[in-house]
Amino acid sequence: MRPADLSHHVSQWFDGSGPGAEIVISSRIRLARNLGGYEFLTCLSAEKQARLLEELKEAILSLDLGEKVFYVDVSESSPLEQDMLVERHLISRRHAGGKGPRGAIIAPSESFTAMINEEDHLRVQVFKTGLQLKECWRQIDNIDSEIEKKVQYAFDANYGYLTACPTNLGTGIRVSVMLHLPALKMTGQIDKFFNAARDTDLMVRGLFGEGTDAVGDFFQLSNQVTLGVSEEQIVEEFSNSIVPKITQFEAMARQTLLTQQADALDDKIQRALGVLRSARLISSQEALFLLSHVRMGINLGRVNGISLDAVNELFMLTQPAHLQLNSGQTLDPDHRDAMRAKIIRSRLCRN
Amino acid sequence: MLCQSCNEQTATIHLTEITEGLRAETHLCEACAQKQGLAVKSQIPINELLSTLLAAQSESGGGPDLSADIQCPSCGMTLKQFAEKSLLGCPHDYDVFGDQLKMIIERAHNGNTRHCGKTPSTAPADTRDRIKLINLKQQLDEAVRDEDYETAAKLRDMIEKVK
Repeated sequence: MRPADLSHHVSQWFDGSGPGAEIVISSRIRLARNLGGYEFLTCLSAEKQARLLEELKEAILSLDLGEKVFYVDVSESSPLEQDMLVERHLISRRHAGGKGPRGAIIAPSESFTAMINEEDHLRVQVFKTGLQLKECWRQIDNIDSEIEKKVQYAFDANYGYLTACPTNLGTGIRVSVMLHLPALKMTGQIDKFFNAARDTDLMVRGLFGEGTDAVGDFFQLSNQVTLGVSEEQIVEEFSNSIVPKITQFEAMARQTLLTQQADALDDKIQRALGVLRSARLISSQEALFLLSHVRMGINLGRVNGISLDAVNELFMLTQPAHLQLNSGQTLDPDHRDAMRAKIIRSRLCRN
Repeated sequence: MLCQSCNEQTATIHLTEITEGLRAETHLCEACAQKQGLAVKSQIPINELLSTLLAAQSESGGGPDLSADIQCPSCGMTLKQFAEKSLLGCPHDYDVFGDQLKMIIERAHNGNTRHCGKTPSTAPADTRDRIKLINLKQQLDEAVRDEDYETAAKLRDMIEKVK
């Protein structure tokens, strides 16, 4: 298996099949780990980085991970391949744009990836569709324990797992859920969600695109505190308290739109469909924005004849690197916009 | 309620000012509040937080002095370099920059300074017990706070066992 083999289909974590996936698209947990006896990456020589890479690669590839994983030499990958992996959330932008020997081990189902030589020596992550954080934790905890049998992690009795940045110290855990909150946005309540998240020390970022812009009403919510709380406590709080509350707010906002502003809602959804079905040039920002409305429309039963799968697939396949890899050529932004519009038309007009 | 300034977004910042006995209320959305220079708790990038903290510490005199920069004998990283990059050089830095880091760690982790989660199976038994004990005590506090005395009793028994 090669990275390019992934680019034709939607990632499992985005396929909308998981519990509550109408609002909670997916769950993800990552652990940051470093090996004892090596400096952190800022101070690690290229030679030692290469040695560390081999050590971790060998340890992880020897594990039984339930499916045949493959290794990607990120330092040797083409920029397009790197970008495609970033768009699928399999590696971070930092890892793609980094320097020195580095690589990633990826499961074909994309439910597991391990980045070697990112900000920390090792960053393992597990993805699942819908709200399945407890399942994510169980799986990643097992994998981590297996890796631990083969390598020596840097661990301190007081501070726990030692990380390059003190903000990840302790458990090294980042628990995140990816949320689709179009109704909170439409009803002007999204600021409340941001404020509540900040007050409880959670971090909100956009799901697509670079930086923190939340394009298309997709948000990533994750924990910030990693020290002095156990992994189970964080997972519990997310699964039993934080996420259900937000899901409830979004569901209520959707209900309000349906009962009080049905015309405005339908107008938004149908206009989005109209543009998507007829545009000849469309930027990735605009596509995300409009597809988001259509996705909500399908989930609320306001759109017939278009499957959620088709829309989910478009979110993924219309991202810049996916477009170019799948068409077998590098395209400038104008040509990408034309290609994107063409693909969207072909998928949404066929039905 | 809509923001008084843009009339578009929902107002989430509510300000009450009393000047010479006269009460005035202002309702703004976050973006407008920020534009008007009202303090809004926002997410500060970690490197900014670190350098501000380090600067504040050295200014106050009580904290570490950045002019007398400390260097890690193992990786060569200095406190100044750390403040710039916000990344440490090696695991020993946690000892070398001990006091300075402690304040930053406290700030970043809601006042916590002790790990109470997963522990490698290779860690010494007393380390594992100590971490487990912190975790159990935390759970006990929580159970008591929630008035879940049945769980609290169980946790107390478990704590006795570990001790």
